Amino acid sequence: MSAGGLLFDRAGLLEGARASWPVALGVFTYGLVFGALARQAGLGAAGALCMSGFVFAGASQFVALDLWGPNLPFAGLFITTLAVNLRHVLMGAALGPWFSRLTPLQAYGSLFFLCDESWALTLARYARGGAVNGAYLLGSGLIVYAAWLAATLLGRVAVAGLGDPARYGLDFAFTAVFLALLTGLRRGRGDILPWGLAALVSVLAAKALPGKWHILAGALAGSLAAALMWRDGDRSRG
Amino acid sequence: MAEGWQTALAVAGMALITYLTRAAGLFLVNRLRLTGRAGAFLKAIPGTVLVAILAPSILGGGLPEWVATAATVAVAARFANLPLSLVTGVGLVWLLRVIA
Repeated sequence: MSAGGLLFDRAGLLEGARASWPVALGVFTYGLVFGALARQAGLGAAGALCMSGFVFAGASQFVALDLWGPNLPFAGLFITTLAVNLRHVLMGAALGPWFSRLTPLQAYGSLFFLCDESWALTLARYARGGAVNGAYLLGSGLIVYAAWLAATLLGRVAVAGLGDPARYGLDFAFTAVFLALLTGLRRGRGDILPWGLAALVSVLAAKALPGKWHILAGALAGSLAAALMWRDGDRSRG
Repeated sequence: MAEGWQTALAVAGMALITYLTRAAGLFLVNRLRLTGRAGAFLKAIPGTVLVAILAPSILGGGLPEWVATAATVAVAARFANLPLSLVTGVGLVWLLRVIA
């Protein structure tokens, strides 16, 4: 990857934001559920808002509510948070080829807003090529962030009548988004083994392990397969 | 109900740990020049992460989810349009669950 800066401006911010309204809607429905569960768990409105605003990681926040009570098990809470969010390490690494060309403030500031949905949208955009912009993740993340915060507050203060998102098929929203992005990422037969192995390992891990370990396990297995399959195609051998 | 200081400590700890997971990946690849085999590993991450998110949840579903999965992929492959794929998947899952 060549050195030299990557464009980071308003146009990229807006492009990322505009692409993200469908996933922001899905995030909003889950934010409502989080807010409602926060009330049941006895987490105050200010506490729920602070958690959504500073942690901004849905899965680990739901796990935290599960542990919430008069005497918080801090060690368990922090270890679970790490386990559930460890997948971010792989996701951040995958942004490296682009984000290493931003200033530290641009890159590490944007990364605060890294979430599964915005990350996937950003990489799908970068995979399409053309004029890519470093501010895309930030634009996408800010829209999702706004939806998550607004929904947390709304769900916390006005819970009545809130049903299960599954009733409206909304639990499938993230699956559909990720399916569409994955479809755009396919490159051909070279994907079969890494993706197949990722599927197999993640399914087995999901049965054996709690939380989100299956994402890390499946992605590591599949990406290792891709590394092992690698051939030095640029230089002819002997 | 947890005390105020407990909430503050819980949120602060979770926030710090979560941000570190977000920053660590870029920090590491910025320090290790990843080319060749390691570069292939890095390039494969987007696809394998998505597969690993999707596979257990799709397999854990039933006929509505499987039909919607096939339709979503078909629409995405044909039109490369995210909102359209989303509406197709969610709409079909909702419809099939109502019928079933």
